[in-house]
Amino acid sequence: MSVSTIATWTVVFATLAITAKPLGEYMSRVFSGSPTILDRLFTPFENALLMWAGVDGSVNMSAVQYGTAFVVVNLVWMLISYAALRLQAILPFNPEHFSGVNPYLAFNTAASFTTNTNWQAYSGENTMSYFSQFANLGFLQFVAPASGAAVGIAFVRGLAGRPLGNFWSDLVKVCTRLLLPLAVIVALILVASGVPETLAAYLRVHTLAGGTQIVPRGPIATWEAIAHLGQNGGGFTGANSANPLENPTPVTNIVLTIAMGLLPVAFFPFMGSMTGRPRVSWTLFFVASVFALGMLAMIYFPEHLGNPRLNALGLDGTANMVGKEVRFGIGGTSIFETATMSFTTGSVVSAHDSYLPLPQIAFFLGMFLNLVFGGAGVGLLNMLMLVLLTVFLVGLMVGRTPEFMGKKIEAREVSLAALAFLIHPFLILVGTAIAVATPPGQAGAFNPAPQGLTEILYAFTSAAANNGSALGGLASSLPFYEIALGIVMILGRYASVMAMLLVVASLLAKKPVPETAGTMPTHGLLFGGILFGAILILNALTFLPIIAMGPLVQHFLLASVQAR
Amino acid sequence: MNVLRRALAVTLGLWVLFGLAYPLVITGVSGIVFPYQAAASPVVVNGRVVAAANVGQEFTAMDQFWGRPSATVSLTTGKPQPYNAENSAPSNLGPTNPVLIEHVRGRIAHLLATTPGLKRDQIPPDLVESSGSGLDPDISVQAALIQIPRVAKATGLTSARLRALVATATQGPDFGLFGKPVVNVVALNLALERALRKR
Repeated sequence: MSVSTIATWTVVFATLAITAKPLGEYMSRVFSGSPTILDRLFTPFENALLMWAGVDGSVNMSAVQYGTAFVVVNLVWMLISYAALRLQAILPFNPEHFSGVNPYLAFNTAASFTTNTNWQAYSGENTMSYFSQFANLGFLQFVAPASGAAVGIAFVRGLAGRPLGNFWSDLVKVCTRLLLPLAVIVALILVASGVPETLAAYLRVHTLAGGTQIVPRGPIATWEAIAHLGQNGGGFTGANSANPLENPTPVTNIVLTIAMGLLPVAFFPFMGSMTGRPRVSWTLFFVASVFALGMLAMIYFPEHLGNPRLNALGLDGTANMVGKEVRFGIGGTSIFETATMSFTTGSVVSAHDSYLPLPQIAFFLGMFLNLVFGGAGVGLLNMLMLVLLTVFLVGLMVGRTPEFMGKKIEAREVSLAALAFLIHPFLILVGTAIAVATPPGQAGAFNPAPQGLTEILYAFTSAAANNGSALGGLASSLPFYEIALGIVMILGRYASVMAMLLVVASLLAKKPVPETAGTMPTHGLLFGGILFGAILILNALTFLPIIAMGPLVQHFLLASVQAR
Repeated sequence: MNVLRRALAVTLGLWVLFGLAYPLVITGVSGIVFPYQAAASPVVVNGRVVAAANVGQEFTAMDQFWGRPSATVSLTTGKPQPYNAENSAPSNLGPTNPVLIEHVRGRIAHLLATTPGLKRDQIPPDLVESSGSGLDPDISVQAALIQIPRVAKATGLTSARLRALVATATQGPDFGLFGKPVVNVVALNLALERALRKR
C-alpha cells in the first residue's frame, strides 16, 4: 500500500470521524429550535418563505400529515421536472440548442432525481441544456435529499419522545442550514482546483494532432458540490466523476469523498444527542463503520492484485486499470467507490462494469444493506429498521419483551419494520426476474453471461436502493429500463419511508417503560455484534442465491484461469 | 388542497434560492476570482485554444507521446472516436470479456512493434487499458519513459532531452502526499512541440 493511499484514506476517515459529533450536535440545535450562529443569516429568509407559503413552521404535524406533505411535494417536483425536461428546447440557457427530452427519458430522469437516485439513462453533456442541469436537476439535488433528511429528523424526534415537527420548516432548514453553506464552500474549492463554472458555450479546441475537440463546460462545480453533499450522485457528464472536468485532481477526489459522508455520518450522533442516548448511536455508528471498512478492503485488494487474464499477458504491474483514471490510482478510486456505495450517492470515478467480481459484490453489499450510513436521514432509518428487527429476534430468543429507547416493541412496529425491510428485495428480485425473462429486458445486457445478469441485477438494485450508479454497459436508454427502473425508484423511495413514519407514530403513542435489570441494552459490543450478525444473515438469506448466479460465477471463472 | 398549495409555494421559494441564486451567484463569483479555471482551463498558443488543460487528446503520431486508450464513440455514428469530450464514457468491458483481452493484446503488440528495444514486462497497465472517462489526460511516469526510444527516433531529439521534457510535464503528488506522480500527455506534447520549434 503506497504512502498516497494511506494518506488519502487517513484524511477521509479522520475528517468524517472528527466532524461527526460537532456536526450532529449542530443539527440537534438547529432542529430543536435552539439558537445557532447562522440564525442571523438565514432566519429572515426562512420566515419570509414560510409565511409567504402560508405555513406556520412551529405547528407540529402528525405522522400522516408529515408523510403526506413529503409525498405531495415530491410528486410536485417530479411533475414540474418532467414538464421542464420535455420543454427544454424553448427554455433559456441552452447554448448548444439541445432538443426537448423524450417522454420515457424525461419520466425516468424526473423520477430518478426526485427520489434522490440520480440514475442517468443519458449523458448530460450531449442531452441536457444548462437550464435543465442547474435550474431543474440541480435544484432537485438540493430538495430531494433535504426531504429525505427531514423524514429522518422527524423519526429521531419521535424516538426522543418529542412531537414530529413541521415538514415544511424542516425541509427549508436542511437546505439553508446544512446543504447551502457546505455547497458554497465545496463549489469554490472545486472551481479553484480546475472544475469549470460558466454559462458560456462549449469550448472549441484545435488539438495538437490537428483535429477539433469540443470540450463541454457549464456550471459544473456547483452541480458537483451538491451532487455529493446530498448523496445524489448525478453526473454533469456521462463519465460522471471519472471525467477530469468534474473531478480533476486527487485532492478534489478527496473533497468529494468527504462531502458525500458528512451528513449521513453526522446523523448518527445527531440521534444520540436528540434522544440523550449517545451510546446507542455510537454502537450503530461502529456497526456501519465495520461494513464500510469491509467494503473498502473488498474493493481495494482485488483491484490492486488485478485480473488474472490480463496479468497472464506479463505487463509491468498488476493493477486493474480498465475503466480507471491514472490520477486517482487504485487507492483513491477505492475510497471514493466505497463512499459512493455506502452513502448511496451513486457517482463514480471508474467503470463499475470493468471491476473484478469481488469488488462488485462489495458494491451490491452497500446497496442491499442501504444502511452503511446510507443517505442523510434515510440511511439512519434503514439502520433503525434493522435494529427493531434485531431487538425483536433477540427478545424472542431470550424470552424478554423487546424494548428500544424506552418503548416496548410490539407486533405493529415489527410488522411495519418487516414490511419496510421486504419491499427492497421484492423490488430487486422481481424486477430482475421480469427483465431476464422477457426479450426487452434481455436486450439490455452488454457483457456476456454471467456478467450480463449482473448488469441487470445491478440496475434494479441501484434503482431500489436509490443509489444511481450502474454497470454502464447496460442499455439503460431502452424504454423498458427507463419505465421499469423509474417505477422501482419511486416504490423504493416512498414505500419504506412511509412504513417507518408509521412505526414512529406508533412508538410515540406508547407510554415509556422504565429501564430495569431485565431490560436488554441496545448498545455495547454484545448488541453491536448481534446487530451486525442479524444484518448480514437477513441479507445473505435474501440475496445470496442471485449473487451466486452472477458475480460469484464470474469469480470462479476468473480463478479457474489462475489455477491453470 | 392546502397541502398542494403549500407545496407549490415552498417549491417556488426554494427554487429561487437553490435553482437560480446558488448556481448563478457562484458562477459570477467564479468568473471574477478564478476566470481561467471557470472557463475549463483553456490553453492558448498563438491566439488559438489548443487544449483544455485537464482534458486528454488523442495522439497516434510516431513523433508524439501517446496517452491512455480511450473508448469514447461518435455521437452520430456510434463508431469509435477516441477522446470525444462530448460523449465521455468508459469501455464497460467486463474482466472475462474476450474483447477486452483482445484489445489489450493488440495494444501491447502495437507498442512492441513501434518502440525499439521495448519489452512487454516494461509496459504499465495504464498504457494498454482504457480509462474511466475516455478523457484521462494523464499516464504514469513509466508509461511516458518507455515511449522515449520511439519519440527519439521519430524526432531526432536525444533521450536525455526527452527525459527532461517528461520531468517538466510530471505533476503531483498533490501537497507531496495525495496521488502518485503522473505525466500530463497534452502538456508533454506541447513541451515537445516547443522544443522541436526551437531546434
